[in-house]
Amino acid sequence: MVEFTLPKNSRVTDGKVWPKPEGATNTREFRVYRWNPDDGKNPQVDTFTVDLDDCGPMVLDALIWIKNKIDPTLTFRRSCREGICGSCAMNIDGVNTLACTKDMGEVKGAVKVNPLPHQPVAKDLVPDLTNFFAQHALVQPWLQTETVAPEKEWPQSREDREKLDGLYECILCACCSTSCPEYWWNPDRYLGPAALLHAYRWVIDSRDEATGERLDQLEDPFRLFRCVTILNCSKACPKGLNPAKAIAELKKLMVERQKT
Amino acid sequence: MKSTSIRTPLGKVRGLGSAKSGTEHWWEMRLTSIALLPLTLAAIVIVISLIGRNHAAVVQILGSPLVAITMLLFVWTVTLHMRLGLQSVIEDYVHGKAMKTALLIANTFLTIVLWLACTYAILKLSFGV
Repeated sequence: MVEFTLPKNSRVTDGKVWPKPEGATNTREFRVYRWNPDDGKNPQVDTFTVDLDDCGPMVLDALIWIKNKIDPTLTFRRSCREGICGSCAMNIDGVNTLACTKDMGEVKGAVKVNPLPHQPVAKDLVPDLTNFFAQHALVQPWLQTETVAPEKEWPQSREDREKLDGLYECILCACCSTSCPEYWWNPDRYLGPAALLHAYRWVIDSRDEATGERLDQLEDPFRLFRCVTILNCSKACPKGLNPAKAIAELKKLMVERQKT
Repeated sequence: MKSTSIRTPLGKVRGLGSAKSGTEHWWEMRLTSIALLPLTLAAIVIVISLIGRNHAAVVQILGSPLVAITMLLFVWTVTLHMRLGLQSVIEDYVHGKAMKTALLIANTFLTIVLWLACTYAILKLSFGV
């Protein structure tokens, strides 16, 4: 049956309260999830006090500040610090988003930082996204054609190219899929909003010749039809995309080819 | 879904492959939802009109073909809708293989029993026996 409580070794406990920076007047409290696979302890929430006069405005700035100034063992992914690489996706104040584009001023009270929900944790704020990326591979996110490739390029009209807007921008940060309860309950069989958005991006690409085969792959009560359109994905997307709409369009295409 | 498993991640997510069905379930859920909009309203009106009446009066009201057929349509649609919905709930929340299979079977049986019992009751009253 569904589990309503966390397994014993996953229960989160209160962690260390780190000393406040000396002489800082403008500070902010951060409560950060910590888990170390090597020490055998349960996950815990550490409390840090960040000196805002010494730190940038974004949540990622604060995490880097903590790593540099307080605890160098704090573990998280980050790279571009401008919302294009998708590395620093995490749950901030209860919402999945990118730490680098999340202004800590938008959060009331202590800033609570947790790893993306319902994924195995590698360490601290680093989730294991192996399954998520395998699902992206499953939808074969590349152009598939049988016609002999033209000498220069596959032509596409301006209108057809515009259909890919709002889809190609996805950076695979996993904020959407890990915000979806259907994905939480069946991550092994439901592809999740991110993979489905990419599937749709290739299904409607006018240059692609594998549209039917792509839809065949999704014709499944779990892979696509687990979605019940609760829209957590579209709310979570830090790039302002709408995976729920892409999924709805896929369902409409399914109906179009066999019902209407 | 442990990452320590030897099987490749792609092999795991491909699993047993696409079931090649799913649209039917989704489409039937929508069709029954559309049908239930007027049918539920009609059924509520009919049931309210039966409140406080004696057996003879109920037999008379359900004796009308329009009323009886409306109630039969409602029962047929609502039980189908219930079966599809409960199936999804079981698939979402029950993950033990034996328990899941047992509940999915029970769901189908329960639906048939409910459907038949309601149909029998409506027809019996409608024909005044």
